This record gives sequence, C-alpha cells and structure tokens, in this order.
Amino acid sequence: MKIDNSLPLEYGTEENSLKILGFWIFLGAEIMLFATLFATYFTLVNRTGSGPTGAEIFQITPVLFETILLLTSSFTVGLGIHAMRIGRQKAMIAFFSLTLLLGLAFLGVEIFEFYTYVHEGAGIQTSAFTSILLTTLGTHGAHVTLGFFWGLFIILQVKKRGLTPQTTNKAFIFSLYWHFLDVVWIFIFSFIYLKGMM
Amino acid sequence: MDFFDRFAVPHPSVAIYASMAAIGLTVIAVIAGITYFKKWGYLWREWLTTVDHKRIGIMYLLSALLMLFRGGVDAIMMRAQLAVPENTLLDAQHYNEIFTTHGIVMILFMAMPFIMFFMNFVVPLQIGARDVAFPRLNALSFWLFFMGAMLFNISFVVGGSPDAGWTSYFPLAGNEFSTSVGTNYYMIAIQIAGIGTLMTGINFITTILKMRAPGMTLMKMPMFTWSALIANVIIVFAFPVLAVLLAMGTLDRQFGTQFFTMDNGGMDMLWANLFWVWGHPEVYILILPAFGIYSEIISTFARRNLYGYKSMVGSMVIISLLSFLVWAHHFFTMGQGALTNSIFSITTMAIAVPTGVKIFNWLLTLRKGKIVFTTPMLYSMLFIPLFTLGGVTGVMLAMSAADYQYHNTMFLVAHFHNVIIPGVVYAMLAGLHYYWPKMFGFMLNEKIGKWTAWLLSIGFVLAFMPMYASGLDGQARRMYTYSEAAGFGLLNMISFVGAAIMAIGFVLIVYNIYYSTRYESRDISNDPWDARTLEWSTHTPVPEYNFAILPEVRSNEALWDAKKNGHVLFKGEYEKIHMPNNSGIPFIMSCIFFVWGFSFIFSLWIPVIVTTLGIFGCMALRSFEQDHGRYISVKEIEETETNLRGA
Amino acid sequence: MQKKKTKWVLYSVVITIFTFLTGCEPLLVLDPKGPQAERQASDILMSIGLMSFIVIVVFSLLIYMLVKYRASKQSADYEPPHIEGNIWVEVIMVGIPVIIVAFLSYVSVQSNYIVEAKPKGYEDTKPLVVYASSSDWKWHFSYPEEGIETVNYLYIPTDRALEFRLYTYGPITSFWIPQLGGQKYAMSDMVTTLHLAADDPGEFMGRNANFSGKGFAENTFNVTAMSQEDFDDWVKEVKETAKPITEKKFEELLEPGHLGQQTYTGTHLEFSPPPTGHNHSEESSESHETENQPDSHTGHEGMSH
Repeated sequence: MKIDNSLPLEYGTEENSLKILGFWIFLGAEIMLFATLFATYFTLVNRTGSGPTGAEIFQITPVLFETILLLTSSFTVGLGIHAMRIGRQKAMIAFFSLTLLLGLAFLGVEIFEFYTYVHEGAGIQTSAFTSILLTTLGTHGAHVTLGFFWGLFIILQVKKRGLTPQTTNKAFIFSLYWHFLDVVWIFIFSFIYLKGMM
Repeated sequence: MDFFDRFAVPHPSVAIYASMAAIGLTVIAVIAGITYFKKWGYLWREWLTTVDHKRIGIMYLLSALLMLFRGGVDAIMMRAQLAVPENTLLDAQHYNEIFTTHGIVMILFMAMPFIMFFMNFVVPLQIGARDVAFPRLNALSFWLFFMGAMLFNISFVVGGSPDAGWTSYFPLAGNEFSTSVGTNYYMIAIQIAGIGTLMTGINFITTILKMRAPGMTLMKMPMFTWSALIANVIIVFAFPVLAVLLAMGTLDRQFGTQFFTMDNGGMDMLWANLFWVWGHPEVYILILPAFGIYSEIISTFARRNLYGYKSMVGSMVIISLLSFLVWAHHFFTMGQGALTNSIFSITTMAIAVPTGVKIFNWLLTLRKGKIVFTTPMLYSMLFIPLFTLGGVTGVMLAMSAADYQYHNTMFLVAHFHNVIIPGVVYAMLAGLHYYWPKMFGFMLNEKIGKWTAWLLSIGFVLAFMPMYASGLDGQARRMYTYSEAAGFGLLNMISFVGAAIMAIGFVLIVYNIYYSTRYESRDISNDPWDARTLEWSTHTPVPEYNFAILPEVRSNEALWDAKKNGHVLFKGEYEKIHMPNNSGIPFIMSCIFFVWGFSFIFSLWIPVIVTTLGIFGCMALRSFEQDHGRYISVKEIEETETNLRGA
Repeated sequence: MQKKKTKWVLYSVVITIFTFLTGCEPLLVLDPKGPQAERQASDILMSIGLMSFIVIVVFSLLIYMLVKYRASKQSADYEPPHIEGNIWVEVIMVGIPVIIVAFLSYVSVQSNYIVEAKPKGYEDTKPLVVYASSSDWKWHFSYPEEGIETVNYLYIPTDRALEFRLYTYGPITSFWIPQLGGQKYAMSDMVTTLHLAADDPGEFMGRNANFSGKGFAENTFNVTAMSQEDFDDWVKEVKETAKPITEKKFEELLEPGHLGQQTYTGTHLEFSPPPTGHNHSEESSESHETENQPDSHTGHEGMSH
C-alpha cells in the first residue's frame, strides 16, 4: 500500500482520498434528502387540521438544550480530529467519546421532547403538520443514532489498531458526518423552532 | 388460517394461477439444474460474490432482459385488451394492475439496469481504470436493485400487485382506495432498489472524477463517460427525493400519518409534486446515457470524430439543470394558474434547444463521413427520425393551454413512448450489439440484427402513431375498455398489430443471442468495429484487471489517436496489480433486505426488527473487517497476457 | 393574406390525415364547439404545422447525409476528415430553435391567460356557475343559483360563460369536455375553476380523464347545450317534477359504484359544502387573474428542490 506522507494520514492512500470524495458526494445526497423534508415541512406547516400548531407545542428549554449539546459535540469531534492529526491517540479517543456522550444526551432530550408532543396530542398521526414535523426531527434523530454506533465502532477500532491510514480515514469521514448533522440541526433550530415560535 | 390469508392474491384469475405455477416450476428447474451440473460453487465464487464491474454489468444486463419480457408481456396484454371495443379479456382490476406494473417494471427494473449495465461495463474501460472506486459498494448496489426487482415481481402472486398507476397518486394509492398490499410493494421494493441506485451514483461520480487514465482530462473523456457522469450527478440529486417520498407514502399507508390524506391537512398534490421532482430528472437519467451510446456508435460508424464535442457536453449539462425545473408540466391542469403554467411551459420548451443541438451534431457527424451500416448504426439512424417525432410532440405538450387537451390522453402515452422507445430502448439494443463482442468474444448475427431493428421500427410506428390520433379523439389513458360508439376501435386495432410485431422483434433478439452463441465465429479481434475509444484497446475477453499497463491518453479518441497517429498507449513495464477481494456480504445483506422488505410490506414487525438488526450487523461486520485486497503478480499478468494474445 | 391561406391549407391537410385515420369522423379535440376549445385547437394545429417543418428539415438532412456519405459511395481509401465544430454552425443550431421556442412560448403564455379567463366573446354575460364534484365513479352537478342538482349529465345554455367549480369526494379526477375545452383536476382539499362556453346547441361527451380506480373507464357524463330559453324551461320542469336531494340520499349517492342519470331539486352544497381550502371566494369570480393562485401555504411553487 503506497502511503503519501505529504498529506494527512486520512488522505494518505489513493483509496482514502476516493473514500473522502465519495463521502462528500454522499453528503450532497443527504442535503437533498433534508431539503425535501424541509420543502415538505414548509408546504405543510400551516395545515394543522384539528391538531395543534407549532407555536402551541414548541418549548424553548429542551430545544436550547439540544442545540447546545449538539453544537458542543461538533466542537469536540473537531478537537478529536485535531488530536488525531498530531498523533495523540488517547486524546482523540477521549474527545470522540465525549462527542458520543453529548450525542447520547441530545437523543435523550429529543426522546423526552417527542414524549411531550405525543402527550399533548401531537402524535405523528394527528395532522399533516405533526406528521412532517416528527418525520423531519425523527430523520435527523435517526441519523444521530446511527452516528453514535458508527462512532463507537471507530473508537473501538482506533483502540485496537492505532492510528493507521484506515482508522484515521474512517474517523475523519465520521467527523464530516457529525458536522453535517450539526448543520442540519441549525436549520431545524432556525426554520422549524424559532420560526414556529415567533 | 387468518395469518396466511393476507398472502393470497385478492383478485385471482386463471392467468395468475398459471403464472404462479410457471414461476414455481422455473425456480425448481433452475435450482435443480444448478445442483445437477454442480454449479453452486461456481455461481457463488464467480458471480454472487463478485466485485468485478464487468461481471456486475453482465448481471445487470441479464436482469434487464428478464424484466424486459415481464414488462413486454404486460404491454401486449394491455394492447390485446384494447384491440376491440368492450373486450373482456381482462377486467378493470387486472388491467389497472398490469399498466401499473408495466410502467414501473419498464422504467425502474428494465431501463435503469440496462443503463447501469452500460455504465458498469463500459465506463471503467473507457477511462482506463481497473475497476470502479468502490467495488464492493457496486456489488451491493446491484444486489439491492436485484432484490428490489424480485420483491416487486412477487407481488403478482403473493398479496396482489399495485394498482394505482406507476405514478401512484394519492389519495388513490392511500389505504382508503387501494386496500391490498400492492401499493406497499411499490413503496418498499422501489425504496430498496432506489438505495442501490443512489449508491451507484456516488460510486460512479467518484470513479469518473478520480480514476481516469493519465492524460485524460475532463474534456478528453469519451462522450459516453460524460453522459454517465452527468446522469449520476442527477441520480445523486434526484433519488433522495424519491427516498423521502416513498418513506412518506409508507408512513401514510402503514403508520397512519397525514401527508397525503384527505383530511387533517393532508395534501394530495404534494405527492404529485415530489414524485415529478424526482420523476422528471429520472427520464434524463435514462436518456442522457442513451445519447452517450449513440454518440459513440455514430462516430464509430461514420468513421469520423464526433462533431461539436464541447456543445455536446454543454447541452447535456444544460439539460441536467433544466430537468429539475420542469416538474410541474406533468400537471398543468392542477389549477395553479396561468403564471405558474407559463413559467413551466417556457422551461420545458427550453429543453428542446439543447436536445436539438445534439440532433444536429449527430447529423453533422455523418457529414463527410464514410458511413457503414452495421446493426448498431441502423438502430442509431432509426433513432434520429423517430426520436425527433417524439421530441416535437414533447414541445407541443409543453404548450400548457393546449396541454389541457392532451393531458391524461393517449396522445401523452404516444409521446412518452415515442421518446423512450427510440431514445432509450434503441440505444440499449444498439449498445447491446455494439458491446456484445467485447463481453462474450463473438458478434451477434448482423442479418438477424437488422431484421430486428426494422421489425421493431415498423411495429413501433404502427403501435404508437395511432395513439396520437385516438388521444385527440378523446381516448383517456388507463381506460380498460371503451364503447363501440367511441370510435377508437380501428386505431386501437392497428396499435395491437404494431405491438404484436414489436413482440416478434423482441423474440428475435433472444433468437439472435441463441443463434450467434451457436454459430458465430469466435475468431474476432479486440477491436472488431474499428472503434475509437479505450475500451477497444484491451483484450477480448477483457482480463479481470482490464489493462495490464494503464494507458496514457492525449485525445478524446484515445484508440483512434493510437491507430492513426501512432500514439503509444501502453508504456512501461508490468507491475503487480492491486485488486479487491470478492465478498459475500453484499449478497447476504441484500437477501436480508429482501426479507426485511417482504415482512415490512405485510407489517410483520418481529421479522422486520430481526432483519433490521441483521442489516446493521452486516454493516458492523464490514466496519470491523480488515480487507486490504490482493495483488496479481507480474508473472500472472505475463501469463494472462501471453494467453490472450495467442488466442 | 397569402400567408394565412397557406396556413389554412396546411391545417386542412393535417385535419384530413387525422380524419382519414379515424374513419371520417373529425377528432373531438380538433372539432371545437366553444371559444376555449377553439383556441386550444388552433394552438394545436399551429404547433403541428411548425413541428412538421422541423421534422421535415431533420428528415431531409438525415436522408441527404445517409445517401451522400455512405461508405459504398466512396473510394476505399477515403479518409474522413477531423472536424471539431464551427462557431457559426453552432450559433445557427442554437439560434433557430431559440427563435421557434420563443415564438411558441409567446403563444403559450398568451393562451394560458385566455383559457384561464372568461371565454372570449362572452365577457359581458353573467356566468352560469356549476359545482361539478366527483365521487367514485360519478359526477354530481350542482346549480346553486337554479337550486337543482343532476348526476352524470349536464345541461348548459349556449352563448353564455360557464364557470365550473371542481372538487372531489375521492381520488383526484379531471373534468373534461373535449369539444368545449381542456380538462382540469378536481381535488378533495381545494376548489379549482374551469371556464368554458358553448357556441351552438348540441350533445357532447364529457368524462373524468384522470385514473381513479376500478370504475374509471365508465366515469363519463353527457353534456347537452341548448338555448337559454330551453335551459330555463328545463330548470322549471326539474323544479316541478324532481324530488329534493337529502343528506341521506346524497350519502347513498357517494357510495362507490355506477349510477345512471338522476335529477334532484336543491343542491348538496347546503349540507356538504365544498372544501374550504379553495382559492377564491364566491364574490370574486371577476378577478380571474389571481383566483387560481393557491394560498401561500398551499403554494406548490414554494416546493422547489
């Protein structure tokens, strides 16, 4: 395996650079996926039928918690990649673990939030608005869940195999994914919650 | 017994029982045959676990041909039912199921895999690469597509086929009006196949951007590779829309959400809008690679370089952009007002301009050429006039006020068959004849091939031209019958005769494959057509590593450059070649997907949970697996090359 | 004048071909009986003429190339030249289609506003408002001003603007009377408006054009156009002879299936009003420019990718 030492390890082999480009293209597809959900959300936002409107069910506290947790986790995964680049495996694992814990906490708050909605009569079957709201949030949440397990596997692999071209490549791609989820959340926060509460 | 009732066909008939028996017998015969000839090991090692783009391509081809006949039988049944007024060959429910499956099978399970076959087989060879960027993902793409297609096809005998049209508009496709599991099949089977297609898109963009031979800049890529690149970009942007749409449809049907329902805020036209936001780019995913194939073939057999290379590329880029801006022309009659209709009317007509540029470029490629009429060239030369007819009727349909009269009629049906059959199907058949020798080491018989092309074209004209007239006479599409007084009888009878002639044409293709396999000469060169691009510079049959030495390129017609100007393509010594290992995971994972989909369709939640865990298990396994591929040694390469040169 | 003459010669050739194909009956769409259908038919014939020109150009070029540059016509050692392309050729290749498309766009936009407005020639008449609603697989026609309702048949006065308000109790359908004008969708969550008019008395075919399930093929209705006096007489007769429509009766009518023609006094609009998500109010039938624009929250345009 040829390793080009002029590049960071995660870009070091040809296969690695293919994977990173491929993942960027995948993120392009993900953008379309969330764009479709957002477009549907904006189309259906006022079609509440007999159910509640956004202003009636949105609460700022859990949403702020979620936002802070996810933004922080995006920062820590960045620190993890920095640690990885300077070859500090332990620090990297620590930052990645912290990222995943924050992600887990985010999911916890989100589940609580969903529970409240259903409790208030805003289940997924209530109206077109609640259907698309919960589907959009749920799709994002499912991505975070998937990311949690993915990150876990990568930590285990780094622990076992050290910082190799393969593991660093995986970790770097994971960080792209995690940042992307953060960006999506910023859109959800601004255009679903803030706009809905105003 | 209640548990098993759900798997029964809700509306059985002799035809369905007969096909159940036929499917059962075929499966038993195939299994028995493989066992008798002791081919299980071979099948597993060489095909089911393969990651070789050429073999994956051939598997796409086989699936596409199989589905061509499934969709073709649907078509001939429809034409037979409509051949005379008040016919009772099929009842309304069967007719509805048949036109629904005809549409889906032909577009998603026949045309798409055919295009995938060309992209898989040709693109890596054309850009001088040894495989695609992610070979194992490529295998997974194929198997997901295959399992999606199979899942969709068993709907016919287990639980009932979808019956709401290939567009599956809600609320007709909702629980209230579509009570069988048929539409669940639609949602889940297409979802599984669609995930596969999306991954193909990512894979091929990466391949084309990163793995071209030295010297091959973007503007030195062969035209088919360009068309594949653009089609894959469209895939990446369009298929996520489909994924979301199908997920929402599934949620509505199986989890009681209110996206497209008739109360509590549901919006029926949301489905139509999102469907066509995917659906219109989808037809360009099919037609652009077809244009690419025609460009290769016309330039080869005019013995000239392709005229206007840059404008060919430019027009495809413009078409791909416009393809996302025209979706509302599928429902001008929705009542969105004159302004919206005007905008979409203009964007739609604008597509005629770049498409016209392509037609004129092909015509100018013929100029000053030395035209040889081979079967692929004959298809291409029949394509130009017939496709032009389809194109201009498209412009007519784009006139939104007039479309109020064309919409939902046989005029529309005639139009889109008139672009898809000469545009896409002819390209596939032309490409099939063209690339057949590269795949299998012998040519398809030219005489039978030309007969087929003419038969198909005569049948096509007879089958579809009358529909323009019957549409203008008020025959709506999707009517399972009509009265004598309506006066469509003669036109529909002509259509049926045409369809029957086309059916003979398609059977002749199979006969040609049989005949040529038995009688055609195996003694052909690596470049039997005197072609111009890199795929013809390697051996026939193509060794698994494609090129022993990666070619160096300085022209968009690299092989022609080598033949005429003496450019040396392969410089240097053999080096060991890194190749990916075969893997069973894509196949196994797709099988689990099949069971997952089947259970999901019937809302059997326990198997759904188990198989979901299975799918994630496969992904975890892949994550922890360490597979660095293998090397082919210089000695092995030398042996292979000597053998191939000797033969 | 000369130009117009050639145009009509071309049209009549096209019509003759189609007529021959269908066994001497003129095609419905090309045999218009009202101003909207007339506009659409003339757009269709004009575009067929223009497109025939393009088809002839492409066919001739193709035949010329194939005849002139066949390998069998050339010497064995002829080497085709390498030609990259020529900027002027490409300008023509783009320019002519752009001119054609621009012309068609102009006509298309103009026609859009015409077919979406009160029919030409009848701008001064007070439109007859008919609520046409579909259910599996029937059409219900309510005449709110006359206070009557019919099933599966439609009587209309000639020489007067007609305003159909369309909606459905089931899957999306499409209301279409080919000889009076093009179709429009009927949906369950909004009311759409279709403007038509009939020039002469006569009987026309009407149908649902959008696939709506098992009974779709037979989802048709008869249209009879008659003078205003005859129409008034008919209304009077209905009022005297027909039974009133009740909520219970209407529920029965909505059951999936096929029904013959039926007549009632009163309309179902009183107890089963059209969907509220409709795009215009009762009074605003004059403001045609905006009435079909969906509300901002139902705006389909907002859903771009």
